[in-house]
Amino acid sequence: MGGSGILQLIFSGITIGSIYGLVAVGFDIIYNCTGIINFAQGEFVMLGGMIMISLVGAADLPMWISFPIAVFAVTLIGALFERLCIHPLKKPSILTLIIITIAASILFKGGAMFAWGKQTFSLPHFSSERPISIFGATILPQTVWILGFIAVVVLLLAFFFKATMVGKAMRACAANRSAASLVGVNVKEIVLLSFALSAAIGAVAGIIIAPIALMDYERGMILGLKGFSAAVLGGLGNPVGAVVAGFLIGIVEALCAGLLSSHYKDAVALIVLLAVLFIRPSGLFGSLEASRLKKF
Amino acid sequence: MGAKNRISLGVLVGGLVLLPLFMRNPYYIGVMVFIGLYSLITIGLSLLMGYAGQISLGHAAFFATGAYTSGILTTKAGFAPVPAFFTAILLTACVAFLIGIPTLRLKGHYLAMATLGFGQIVYIILNASVEFTGGPSGFGEIPRIQLGSILIESQISRYCLVWSLVILVLIFSLNLINSRVGRALRSIHGSELAANAMGVNTSKHKIQVFVLSAIYASMAGSLYAHFVTFISPSSFDLKFSILVVTMVVVGGMSSVWGALVGTFLLGLLPELLRNFRDYDILVYGFVLLLIMVFTPEGLIGLIDRLKGAQEKRSLKAQAKLS
Amino acid sequence: MESILEVRNLVKRFGGLVAVSDVSFRVQRGQIKAIIGPNGAGKTTIFNLITGVDSPTAGEIRFKNSEINGLKPHEIAAKGISRTFQNVQLFDNMTVLENVMVGRHPRTVSGLLSSALRLPRTKSEERAIHTAAMERLNFVGLDSSSQDLAVNLPFGQQRLLELARALATDPELLLLDEPAAGLNSFEAGLLADLILKIREHGTTILLVEHDMELVMDISDEIVVLNYGKKIAEGTPVEVQNDQQVINAYLGEGP
Repeated sequence: MGGSGILQLIFSGITIGSIYGLVAVGFDIIYNCTGIINFAQGEFVMLGGMIMISLVGAADLPMWISFPIAVFAVTLIGALFERLCIHPLKKPSILTLIIITIAASILFKGGAMFAWGKQTFSLPHFSSERPISIFGATILPQTVWILGFIAVVVLLLAFFFKATMVGKAMRACAANRSAASLVGVNVKEIVLLSFALSAAIGAVAGIIIAPIALMDYERGMILGLKGFSAAVLGGLGNPVGAVVAGFLIGIVEALCAGLLSSHYKDAVALIVLLAVLFIRPSGLFGSLEASRLKKF
Repeated sequence: MGAKNRISLGVLVGGLVLLPLFMRNPYYIGVMVFIGLYSLITIGLSLLMGYAGQISLGHAAFFATGAYTSGILTTKAGFAPVPAFFTAILLTACVAFLIGIPTLRLKGHYLAMATLGFGQIVYIILNASVEFTGGPSGFGEIPRIQLGSILIESQISRYCLVWSLVILVLIFSLNLINSRVGRALRSIHGSELAANAMGVNTSKHKIQVFVLSAIYASMAGSLYAHFVTFISPSSFDLKFSILVVTMVVVGGMSSVWGALVGTFLLGLLPELLRNFRDYDILVYGFVLLLIMVFTPEGLIGLIDRLKGAQEKRSLKAQAKLS
Repeated sequence: MESILEVRNLVKRFGGLVAVSDVSFRVQRGQIKAIIGPNGAGKTTIFNLITGVDSPTAGEIRFKNSEINGLKPHEIAAKGISRTFQNVQLFDNMTVLENVMVGRHPRTVSGLLSSALRLPRTKSEERAIHTAAMERLNFVGLDSSSQDLAVNLPFGQQRLLELARALATDPELLLLDEPAAGLNSFEAGLLADLILKIREHGTTILLVEHDMELVMDISDEIVVLNYGKKIAEGTPVEVQNDQQVINAYLGEGP
């Protein structure tokens, strides 16, 4: 395979990797505010994609209207999930939290199957489908859309966490929950907000990936797993690390699929996950000292 | 073992003996066979989760190792089913030991994700290594088990075999729980720090119980392969791992009896939900969520709590009378 | 006199923070020795270093003339050092009796197979564990609650249960981390009697404690720490009259 072939693989790796990164950011936000790993994170992605597909396909709405509606709907689902299932718990154990988010993911998956059946759907591309050629390799305009959206989401998040009061309150919660509540941060609301925010980010990921990856009710699990691998590789709770790690995993995965065996493509992220957990649980960008302080 | 356990065990054995006398329909006996297979796995998981406090979302992998080892050895290497059964146990124990050493150093969410990742990798291997496993379409013609002159083919013979094994495993596990090793396990769940300070080698005991639970799952896998005579990866996916964890949690992690209650309930649920067809996972998710939010200690815990409340009430009533 | 524990030039850093800085002391066999000092002086850290929960950055810990730093906590427990915790660490999911039975772990041998198969050897060992555990419960006066869940005991009794559990390992050296914290003065008095009785049975005791009355009453020797450094060591009377100690506790004068 020539250089352009490799470049082609890297492009497709970057595309899919950016989605993993976005899913990973969703994990990080909830983890930072609550210490919970939300096993239902991948389902937010699936729901975002599926709702968007229904709005565009069945309801025949234009993309630019469907997009915010789909994101809002998933945000609402995330918020409801927190209010109904996480909020009422008194001193839950980690095991309880794991099972609850797994149960929620089963429920979302079941709901999706109920609503859309088992068929696979796809979404029209946001603009033309004619590939753009770069250095002998080609990329789809949708890839440009995806990277553009990632950049916007990351910038918005950076602004939100650095410059807004609510964002600062969320960071305070992440640093020290009891201290945050002492200085008047309403921790309960922050937790709600973190679920809503990561649901929204998940939905965006699902929507922008839908045109190039098919969507069905079962798609969330594998996206969630790979997103989690990226989150761990980037250092759990570190959104910037998550995006970088997402790209890395995407590229390695694409290279593995293209050069070695497509059978084992899905194993790449998992092997990375296990390797990081076994060798360096703090991830590429986390300090060992800090990870020891976390509740693992 | 304690009087309470002995009575429960007696009731269980009595029920199991009487059941086939009243329930002649082989279909329902078949359902009971599957509940027995699940029970083997959930008893082990209950030791791991409820007693040692460690979660595993990858037990489908050990179920698969048992099934595929038995299947491959009997169809391709000329083994008889019984030696294959024990070879599978040995192999699964080795796999569990090797994967357990790095994995069980992790805690909480990390442990859950690592075991989940391991389970998925095994699932991918089952699909991908076509020459050994037949790939996604699996392989068949696995021989049935021959015990002396009896061929385990009818539903009732399977029922007897699997439930005898469940009872043995149950007695073994109950003995273990109320012993030096069992207390050491439970102490890890209570406070790992203090357990260590009392001289309990926590990592060793965690690995021991992890391997034991893997062995139980391997037994179930081997029996499954020889009962159904055909295996394919779809029986060993993440859904399976989650289902067995769910059974343990729904019943209640605080005792192996909880695991059995949960296994019966969730094993029968598909029969009750037949009208829902595929949508049963909706009901699963809902039931699981309700139980975790309102009674995280499971049904056994709920019963204990209700009993406690009733006792309090009757004590109050007595106090009023006097 | 023979020293049972010897701490030499012990240092522990957490990142940039020096929690223990070049601390040395000895504990003689049969002694009751106390470590005191203001909050954050590094007392609990020293306990964690001795019991293997943390490993020292530098320095040496010798127990009965052999080096124990680097050993795992369970190995150190097996060698004969047991402890209680500042924040009570009971096995909440187990009964009072079972908590103490866990303490017999390092003195018993039954493995997984022999336990699960109920071999005769295991059965007799199990009876011995039961008897020994009941003895320890008797000793601290908790025998009547042996079947209660540990979590349901009142706080003062939970401290006693921790003591009984630690004693069940037959320690030669017993580390008590603020055993009187949260106890009323009556309970603290009972505790002092118990500690003296434990010493009579030949167990050496090293304790960290804030209750000065208790410390001065029962200790043979005291080590005073401040900001991770040893600032004084001696009998209660010597320590009470030490200018540096007075400064550390009352703040330095003008």
